[in-house]
Amino acid sequence: MNTSVEILEAGYDAERPLLEIQDLAISFATSNGEVQAVRNAHLTIMPGETVAIVGESGSGKSTTALAAIGLLPGNGRVSAGRILFDGEDISNAGEKRMIELRGNSIGMVPQDPMSNLNPVWKIGFQVRETLKANGLPSGPGDVAKVLSEAGLPDAARRAKQYPHEFSGGMRQRALIAIGLSCQPRLLIADEPTSALDVTVQRQILDHLDKMTSELGTAVLLITHDLGLAAERADKVVVMYRGQVVESGPSLELLQNPRHPYTQRLVASAPSLASRRIQVAKELGVESDELLAPGEDVVVEPALPEEVLQIENLSKVFKLRSGFGRSTDFTAVDDVSFGVRRGTTTAIVGESGSGKSTVAQMVLNLLAPTSGKIIFDGVDTSTLNTKQIFAFRRRVQPIFQDPYGSLDPMYNIFRTIEEPLRTHRIGDKASREKKVRELLDQVALPQSAMQRYPNELSGGQRQRVAIARALALDPEVIICDEAVSALDVLVQAQVLNLLAELQSRLGLTYLFITHDLAVVRQIADHVCVMEKGKLVETGSTDDVFDSPQRDYTKALLNAIPGARLMLPPEVA
Amino acid sequence: MTPENNTPRHGAPAVRARRQMEHFVADVAETPLQATDKVREDNAPLSLWGEAWRNLRRQPLFLIAAFLILVVMAVSLFPGLFSPVDPSSEACQLANSDGGPAAGHPLGYTQQGCDVYARVIFGTRSSVTVGLFTTLAVLLVGGIIGALAGYYGGWVDAILARINDIFFALPLILGAIVVMQLPMFRANRTAWTLVVILATFGWPQLARITRGAVLEVRNADFVMAARSLGVSRVGALLRHVLPNALAPIVVVATISLGTFIVAESTLSFLGIGLPPSVMSWGNDIQAAQSSLRSNPMPLLYPAIALSITVLSFIMLGDALRDALDPKARKR
Repeated sequence: MNTSVEILEAGYDAERPLLEIQDLAISFATSNGEVQAVRNAHLTIMPGETVAIVGESGSGKSTTALAAIGLLPGNGRVSAGRILFDGEDISNAGEKRMIELRGNSIGMVPQDPMSNLNPVWKIGFQVRETLKANGLPSGPGDVAKVLSEAGLPDAARRAKQYPHEFSGGMRQRALIAIGLSCQPRLLIADEPTSALDVTVQRQILDHLDKMTSELGTAVLLITHDLGLAAERADKVVVMYRGQVVESGPSLELLQNPRHPYTQRLVASAPSLASRRIQVAKELGVESDELLAPGEDVVVEPALPEEVLQIENLSKVFKLRSGFGRSTDFTAVDDVSFGVRRGTTTAIVGESGSGKSTVAQMVLNLLAPTSGKIIFDGVDTSTLNTKQIFAFRRRVQPIFQDPYGSLDPMYNIFRTIEEPLRTHRIGDKASREKKVRELLDQVALPQSAMQRYPNELSGGQRQRVAIARALALDPEVIICDEAVSALDVLVQAQVLNLLAELQSRLGLTYLFITHDLAVVRQIADHVCVMEKGKLVETGSTDDVFDSPQRDYTKALLNAIPGARLMLPPEVA
Repeated sequence: MTPENNTPRHGAPAVRARRQMEHFVADVAETPLQATDKVREDNAPLSLWGEAWRNLRRQPLFLIAAFLILVVMAVSLFPGLFSPVDPSSEACQLANSDGGPAAGHPLGYTQQGCDVYARVIFGTRSSVTVGLFTTLAVLLVGGIIGALAGYYGGWVDAILARINDIFFALPLILGAIVVMQLPMFRANRTAWTLVVILATFGWPQLARITRGAVLEVRNADFVMAARSLGVSRVGALLRHVLPNALAPIVVVATISLGTFIVAESTLSFLGIGLPPSVMSWGNDIQAAQSSLRSNPMPLLYPAIALSITVLSFIMLGDALRDALDPKARKR
């Protein structure tokens, strides 16, 4: 299956791979016996090369990388195969040898910048710790140098600060500084930017690229985002259920995916999709087929009425600062827009832009400081308790965290039935019938009714949350980052479901997200927010084709993989 | 890519260009594709408590504790089944004073000539009554105050938490000793008086735990989801917040049950708990004190019974804490 046409020239075939993983199998001892996490994995990284492992959560990508640095959890072990680092088998190397390798030969940038720095030590101390452990000079000057190389301005002063004084992006830079401080030959970056805003993500990855190419460091990048992997890596390895299903040069893999899983992945990668999901009106069309570009069958009717109008909305929070004093923090600043019935309006912005605050105010969970929210002609702030109860029936939320938004003590039936019971709709038998219908609508088996949320995956929980939101036949659904915690394939599935339900039930969505790639798939109108202010509004096509503001342009540019050229039949 | 990224990553672009890059595709038969995000339907559904029960069933610590507690409960409910001998002071014969074990009297006699075994058996009830009902009262008072303070926050929290702090500063035993000295309590010393007094000084710990647990759950997304479905504020507290906050409360309550039993015995030992006419381990220990050197056995046996009972409740609490640990729950 070798498609490469290039032939090695004499002199170069002696070049030795830096990291070579051969037929690797990793198993975990659990209470249910031995569980195979990785099987037959193989992977080669040449010196200076960037290789990305792509896969959904649970595919074994992080486990493979952790095995390479000898940091498998206590119940995991390499049960077969070899890991060769520069020709030396380290798959069963002793702890002493691994400690020698870690840091100065193999560095690591962990996933979550928020939890991977020790909050009680200053940043400088944590950098010095690494330098010391690897026997490098560790004076204040060296620490500052390492930090400034990672792109932290004013490094000497920054080194004296604690992690909580750093923003997410700065923390990730500090972690990259620690990972690269000893100039390792291989850097393992485990989802280094998945917790960061897109624009910050881009800066960090650009910088990482620059540093590793200057030092000639090879990078093993672990990511769930195929677009990002293709953009940043020379070579992409796709993992699925513990096995490597495809690997090859990144562009070729994207343009010519051969394994059905890779094809599926390429088809649903949001960063690569270029258009809104069009729901076929004909019945009997499987939702999986909907991502394929369909005919434009929707005839644009006369503009529908605005079901939701937001006028000059502002929210000021009082922040406590010392004794009895407080400073004002304007989270939402004079925002106005309208949402038309049966359409999707997306609010986009980075974290801290006030988009979720808008959502909470629209849901009437938070009182606006000034301004009006008019739902179906009525100002929602004037509603009394009874009217709010009726309002709740018509406007329903779907929250971001599928792990947090379902009560772990309630089984799925009780969860979906709760809104019906609360609003005293029907009797026991008719409620059960309705729950069954709803489960059908979100494509969950009826046998799931007796399950508890902890037995379902993130996407399944999010579908339960959608079923619960639909139980009261609402008119408007507020989706607060409803798909951002999900794997790409599951994300595509949920987005398809949402689009399908919209066309079938005439729902109106207010879609809050930080991910412009998702916006393009689901939204008709876009509102871009920056620091509490609305900076740009327009139809999705207009905003994507001709963004007016620099901020919008920066956001668009930061979508990973957006600048990759793909043949239309793939995207 | 930005221009800087197009520049080669290391010094030998020619090497990279010539490097062979294989396009590998796994055999589809070996890596079969499954439907995206399929629901697992093979295993039985499990709730939090169902899962905890499955874990507990296999823990020797829990099994031993549960067995001992069942025995203690049975003894306190039906002491007559375990000892045919009448242990009351009237039935004691001074002729048996400090007598050793005899047929039908396996643990011997006290200085007053009472059967030690029968007294230990019949003394169980007062200890368990005080322990159990004090815990229930503490759960009620501390639970309500803690839940209100944690859930509503603001000035409700400020006031309740300060009251809590004041009571927290009063030690349980010391407070009980002082109050029991008051004439109105000294006049009618019963198990119920003890329950009231111990609960008065015992609730702050539980209130604090409840407040913390409720605070943690209060801001969970599912509470906000329930509110936006139209569930009232109190409804969300009762139906979503409290059930999810229950685990740590149950654990602390179980452990404190042991402490309350000890407190009863301590007060009785000091002579200000239950009156000598009521049989209790504390009273027996106190009575046996005088003959400690000549005949330590009458002191030892009630003390052992007390230790085992308290230990089994603390062990149960420990086992429950492990089984209900939210961090151990799979997501």
